[in-house]
Amino acid sequence: MGNSIIKVEDLSASYRKNTVLEDISFEVEPGSLTAIVGPNGAGKSTLMKTMLDLHPLLTGNVTYFGLPFQKAKKRIGYVPQRGSVDWDFPTDALDVVTMGLYGKIGWLKRPSKKHRELAFEALKKMGMEDYANRQISQLSGGQQQRVFLARALVQQADLYFMDEPLAGVDAATERAIMATLKELNEIGKTVLVVHHDLQTVMDYFDHVLFLNRTIISHGKTNEIFTKENIAQTYGGNMRLIGGEFQHVVSTSE
Amino acid sequence: MTYTAWIIVTAALVGLSCGLVGVFLILRKTAMMADAISHTVLLGIVIAFLVTREVSGSAMLVGGILAGLVTAFLVQWLHSLRVQHDASMGIVFTTLFAIGVILISTSVGNAHLDVQHALMGEITFIPFHTITLPVIGQIPQATALLMIVFLVVLFFIIAFYKEWKITSFDPTLAASLGIPVMVMHYLFMSLVSVTTVASFDSVGAIMVVAMLITPAASAYLWTDKLAVMLVLSGFFGVISAVAGFYVAAWIDTSISGSMAFATGIVFLVSFIGSPKHGLLSKYIRPGVHGRIVWRVKR
Repeated sequence: MGNSIIKVEDLSASYRKNTVLEDISFEVEPGSLTAIVGPNGAGKSTLMKTMLDLHPLLTGNVTYFGLPFQKAKKRIGYVPQRGSVDWDFPTDALDVVTMGLYGKIGWLKRPSKKHRELAFEALKKMGMEDYANRQISQLSGGQQQRVFLARALVQQADLYFMDEPLAGVDAATERAIMATLKELNEIGKTVLVVHHDLQTVMDYFDHVLFLNRTIISHGKTNEIFTKENIAQTYGGNMRLIGGEFQHVVSTSE
Repeated sequence: MTYTAWIIVTAALVGLSCGLVGVFLILRKTAMMADAISHTVLLGIVIAFLVTREVSGSAMLVGGILAGLVTAFLVQWLHSLRVQHDASMGIVFTTLFAIGVILISTSVGNAHLDVQHALMGEITFIPFHTITLPVIGQIPQATALLMIVFLVVLFFIIAFYKEWKITSFDPTLAASLGIPVMVMHYLFMSLVSVTTVASFDSVGAIMVVAMLITPAASAYLWTDKLAVMLVLSGFFGVISAVAGFYVAAWIDTSISGSMAFATGIVFLVSFIGSPKHGLLSKYIRPGVHGRIVWRVKR
């Protein structure tokens, strides 16, 4: 793969003194929509954070568009887990989305009317226009997740990292988020998603990365999303219902 | 102006500056850094005095900023070495404060500095140390210092308003957008330090914590807008300071003590009666998200 958009070589990372990620090397094709799956404690979020320089890299090297992270970071959008911020912060949904533009606005300047319109458009895309002026603590979990996604959209990045965007959201939010991901994918953006629901991997993602402290398998979903790989990734915490992987449930959660 | 008028102006300026800075202490969840810095600036002031051999506003400000930054840096550093955050705060500030206390009693002698004064402040003495400024004329030194600090605080809050907002709400996003989160952190710690140094003479190291935290915590219960919270917090600070002065004059007690007590009363009223997040509003409008519930849970 000469045209890969992300290149990870021999990455490892630790939490406290325990190594949680080892010997991670993979490349991501531009325009792909990849699910990162694995059991709890497999290091899915840590992998994402390490790749984004939010967690120390023990060994290895990560490049984006052939550049180190610091030079590429303005082209990368990150949607953290919803619980990573305090939703009691005194601000409203539109304001949170506008924050995605702060890097472009520059020092000593206020967000202009145009910035607010861009933010409002992004909210509208997520079906949240009626909640623009709602205090963020008054939003449901799914609505908060949509605000986060809208904020990532206004950044107009080329590459998106999303940590469990579908965790604990309602069906409407899941549909809205997946429609947006598909749309991003169609206009050539690359998206990596930490995902917990094995049943939807086949429907939602064209690539999958099985992770359990190291990479078990990585490739096209229709080629490698097999019972064997799932069993190997999830180890004993698994049961197969009816022998079909569409009915695979992870019992570790 | 009369002595009383100067004391009230000074107290109001303390309430205003502390109220503004306090909002971000609360929102950045670093309220107890105010406690730490309010103690360690003592060391900065003492060292500034030992170097310059005079109690001058500018030397004290520089000493205070340095002490505040050293505190913030050491707390951060110890934490990175896996000492718990609250523990590293406790270790750093008590140690630096102790050095300050030792230096006062051994090296400073009977100068203007003493421990009692440093802890409690003495706003009634403020009108006696005056300087003459152009245009304004004769003005107490501490009041002039507070005015300058208030303007500095106001300038930085307005100039970097959106940066304060984003680094307080979501430092991860801020970093990924290229906003220097650590620089903003240390800049903010410097603002806390200058505010503390300027308020030192009037209310002392302990009561300044009340002025920094309580009005902001009260304002937090009244509004969901950051700008409104800043205005309210400054307003609560001024009200508490002025009311505290009159109560102290009326029952003849410590002014700084009754100012701090007044902030507590403002908080209690807000906690119970605020239409937005108060205790009563939850009974009147059930189902409303109460911030109090969240606060207790933490």
